[in-house]
Amino acid sequence: MELNRGQPAAGPADPVEQVQKTYADWLEAGARLGLALLVVTFLAYVFDVWEPHVPIEHLPQLWSLPAHEFRAATGGPEGWDWLRLLGRGDYLTYVGVAVLSLASIVCFLRIAPALLARGERLYAAIALAQIAVLVLAASGAITGGH
Amino acid sequence: MRASKFPPMPQRFLLAAVLALAAASPAHAVESAPAAWWVWPVVLFAASFLLGIVAVLAGVGGGVLFVPLIGGFFPFHLDFVRGAGLLLALSGALSAAPALLRDGMANLRLAMPFALVGSITSIAGALLGLALPTSLVQTALGITILLIAVLMWRSKRSVFPQVERGDRLAVALGLRAVFTDPHTGHAAEWRVHRAAGGMLAFAAIGMLAGMFGLGAGWANVPALNLLLGAPLKVSVATSGLMLSIVDTSAAWVYIHRGAVLPMLTVPSIVGVMLGANLGARLLRVTRAEIIRAIVIGLLTAAGLRALLKGTGIWN
Repeated sequence: MELNRGQPAAGPADPVEQVQKTYADWLEAGARLGLALLVVTFLAYVFDVWEPHVPIEHLPQLWSLPAHEFRAATGGPEGWDWLRLLGRGDYLTYVGVAVLSLASIVCFLRIAPALLARGERLYAAIALAQIAVLVLAASGAITGGH
Repeated sequence: MRASKFPPMPQRFLLAAVLALAAASPAHAVESAPAAWWVWPVVLFAASFLLGIVAVLAGVGGGVLFVPLIGGFFPFHLDFVRGAGLLLALSGALSAAPALLRDGMANLRLAMPFALVGSITSIAGALLGLALPTSLVQTALGITILLIAVLMWRSKRSVFPQVERGDRLAVALGLRAVFTDPHTGHAAEWRVHRAAGGMLAFAAIGMLAGMFGLGAGWANVPALNLLLGAPLKVSVATSGLMLSIVDTSAAWVYIHRGAVLPMLTVPSIVGVMLGANLGARLLRVTRAEIIRAIVIGLLTAAGLRALLKGTGIWN
């Protein structure tokens, strides 16, 4: 069966397809911001703009350790404690990582009300459940952080 | 036409990738003086760049090649390699998904229910992976990579599966739409079936993605295309969107556990993304079956290396 583009089988205008573009716009902004921050802060780290928490020249003796031993050996942070080390070059790069990892949460927060407003209650519920899962993971409550 | 004594350009890149990985192997490091710290990120960037090219040419995500190869041949602990693998899969997916969503290639309605299941199990997988002994994870990684190589070798793909009727869950979720191929302009209606089976499949895929930091395009695409019956192009594009959601939840586990090492993660992400960009340009001049065979060979070698390392036969 041949149908025109933008004319979903479910009806004249699929509400989920309508919010898809909003999701794409917000995702793109988050990805660009996260990657830019990642690269800029990494360059600042390797060019020693801010003193790192773990001296760079010590890393080759430490990076073969499991993560928990690395943390113990360096006094590294767990959970959201890296925020207290933002003045250190190595942990400043976590800002970019965090932005990349928060991008999808922000997108779902943006589209959940739009789905509800368009009468897509099931998909609004899925979006809210997805937000809950991602926020739970980001909070550190079940992921080993504080 | 004059025959060149050199292999074609993409194959030369592959050869360089293998040589770079071999040169970076710990065996060489032991024999020679310890390298300065900056050597590793530079070699890592070069290796990731080459992996990015290969991954795009072979139609796989970077993570599935990155984790076993870097974990097997570089001195970094597997915890950090998995964290970096997950973040580079996430970065690649986040970069590609917006354009695919706007083109209508990726389908948010199709992605959301299955990504929800996958994101829950990926947290469990990441927690399990960081709790288990490294040797066990390395052995399981080796077995998984070898199975992926077999899957790539044996699996078939269906450009436009014929699904007569959706099952009750698929109908309730409204999993049907119209896909217009941007290249041909051809528009056709599609629907999916076996949605409950799909939920189980994505639960397992999320678990593996979180545990090994592999990304999951290698499994998402067959699950969407062959199990659920979505068109191949929709499956490939939607797989990327799902990765951006599923990997996000597992990434937080690695962040909170301190398993993200910027010196490993950032050169890898930048290297793979730049390599993937070049790979996309080379796509027109490569023979897909040769690249595919080389990647299956690389995966087999990396899987065997992980298996031998995990079992203590070759450390």
